Amino acid sequence: MTIASIRPYGGTPKDTEDKFHGNRILYVGWDRHLMFYAPICFCIPPSMAFADFVAGPLAQAFGDHPQWAQIDWTKANWLRSNQPFSPDGAKSLHDNGLGHKEVLRLQTPDLQGIGGCAI
Amino acid sequence: MDMNAKKKLGLKEKYALMTRNLGWETTYEPMDKVFPQMDYEGIRIHDWDKWEDPFRLTMDAYWKYQAEKEKKLYAIIDAYAQNNGHLNVTDARYINALKIFLSAVPSLEYNAHRGFARLGREMRGVGPQVACQMQAIDEIRHAQTQIHSLSNYNKFYNGFHDWKHMNDRVWYLSVPKSFFEDACTCGPFEFIIAIGFSFEYVLTNLVFMPFISGAAYNGDLGAMTFGFSAQSDEARHMTLGLEVIKFMLEQDPANLPIIQRWIDKWTWRGVRLLTIVAMLMDYMLPKRVMSWKEAWEVYFEENGMALFNDLARYGIKVPDCAALIKKEKDHISHQAWNAFYTAGMITNFHTWLPSEDEMNWLSSKYPDSFDKYYRPRFEYYRQREKEGKRFYNKTLPMLCQVCQIPMLFTEGDDPTLISYRQIEHKGDKYHFCSDHCQHIFEHEPEKYVEAWLPAHQIYQGNCFAEGADPTAPGFDPLKSVLDYWHLDFGRDNLDFEGSEDQKNFAAWRQQATTN
Ligand SMILES: [Fe+2]
Ligand SMILES: [Fe+2]
Repeated sequence: MTIASIRPYGGTPKDTEDKFHGNRILYVGWDRHLMFYAPICFCIPPSMAFADFVAGPLAQAFGDHPQWAQIDWTKANWLRSNQPFSPDGAKSLHDNGLGHKEVLRLQTPDLQGIGGCAI
Repeated sequence: MDMNAKKKLGLKEKYALMTRNLGWETTYEPMDKVFPQMDYEGIRIHDWDKWEDPFRLTMDAYWKYQAEKEKKLYAIIDAYAQNNGHLNVTDARYINALKIFLSAVPSLEYNAHRGFARLGREMRGVGPQVACQMQAIDEIRHAQTQIHSLSNYNKFYNGFHDWKHMNDRVWYLSVPKSFFEDACTCGPFEFIIAIGFSFEYVLTNLVFMPFISGAAYNGDLGAMTFGFSAQSDEARHMTLGLEVIKFMLEQDPANLPIIQRWIDKWTWRGVRLLTIVAMLMDYMLPKRVMSWKEAWEVYFEENGMALFNDLARYGIKVPDCAALIKKEKDHISHQAWNAFYTAGMITNFHTWLPSEDEMNWLSSKYPDSFDKYYRPRFEYYRQREKEGKRFYNKTLPMLCQVCQIPMLFTEGDDPTLISYRQIEHKGDKYHFCSDHCQHIFEHEPEKYVEAWLPAHQIYQGNCFAEGADPTAPGFDPLKSVLDYWHLDFGRDNLDFEGSEDQKNFAAWRQQATTN
């Protein structure tokens, strides 16, 4: 549908990739760990290796949670746009196919939050 | 000269002369050019004279009533200030609810003023013109009286100092700000359905009740009085909201689907906005009035349904979102407090954990959700506090493109999983908290692609302190963003426990009540 407007109105997207100084927005949520009230919004160079992203910015964001250190990465799953996703840690975010404003969900089936209460 | 030639006009006569007869059919310019905004939304009005004026109020009577109310209000505000009324509130935690109120609501009122002033000009019928003009004046009065009443608190407590500046910048305040800017950039008919009907008529009691009764329960005479002073206007606004929808529906059957879409959209936008009110009722009033869930059941599920039953004869249906809201009513206040408590480093008010007593109250009001999902969370946070590790989330949240609320809402059928929705539009990805926000976007993507989302704006570099150089060595982005917001770290934010507000209130109250 088109917008009801007094003149033709196109709409100028405010958050296109070119506005982030070479970085991309990447959102990451950790399922059933609601001590983090919402998925986190990161602004990251697309050339960063996926493993470096996890060990760096992601660990910094989630590391305060006692279960972060307990994650068995061989059992952890990822969803990208709600679909299964198998990242290659050695490859860059870009080469893993992560575009601007992509959303990832980390699932740790053995760890369902503190006391199993999704905390 | 015969001084008694004219007898006084009757109310009805006077009313007709002073409202309806003020309008005329223009001849130098065609009427469509004088009222150019009447067509573009697709609403068809055939006969403006069919408008029933819901309240026969003339401007002179209006001024008289309002002046009386002002006099009373300002007498109470003065007495409140002179007697240190702020020390009579139940507990200094309560004052934090006022900080949210001040940084969110007067700006909404002011925008309501702007919106109705525009409608006073654009509406082609004289009846709605006059009603909208009066409401425009009411709304600016609401903004003023709120600012004046709450200015008393600014002398004593932190966080009140720059509410307008913060309203335009602070992350969570983009939620109320964008809500009203969405309405103000609609056509005149959508605006009046959005604000006059959906907000004023369907949802207003859910806003008023917690603030006004909450103020009364918590000893805040000042806030209570401006609430009552506004409430008598509110009755008039509600009547206008109902009249306008009936008028539009009766004018042309083609109006129905357009109006239904607006009701669906604005009921949802309104309820999302009320999340913060839900939190305030359940967590921020030391003396509770009723729970959010109870308020929702009384004011929406009972009263609101009666209204929709009444409108069913025009073909209006209960908005689809009602089903999801019914599921969410057990959760949103807790999820919101979880967000603000953990984000307490970037708030312009203090946060705290509910006491054991308060948690028991919450269990009794939310038997299906509190003990299972939320009590364990707060107990874990309490344990961390005891260990000296009070949790602060230092990250920026992912936001919904439409309501701009952090993505904190969970799936209707699983309160342990965040609800993620996304679509692609012209090669870009957009994310939503719910199907309903997604549908609003899909209908008018041109509008919502322009959302000013604080998290993204910060990353684009648009939210650093004036003169800051992000490339300078040792640049601290968080500190610079707080400076940009005019938020004083360590005074305005962080936990209530140990705050300057807490200490001052205790000391002053002691001085006031002992020798
Ligand atoms: Fe108002
Ligand atoms: Fe939303």
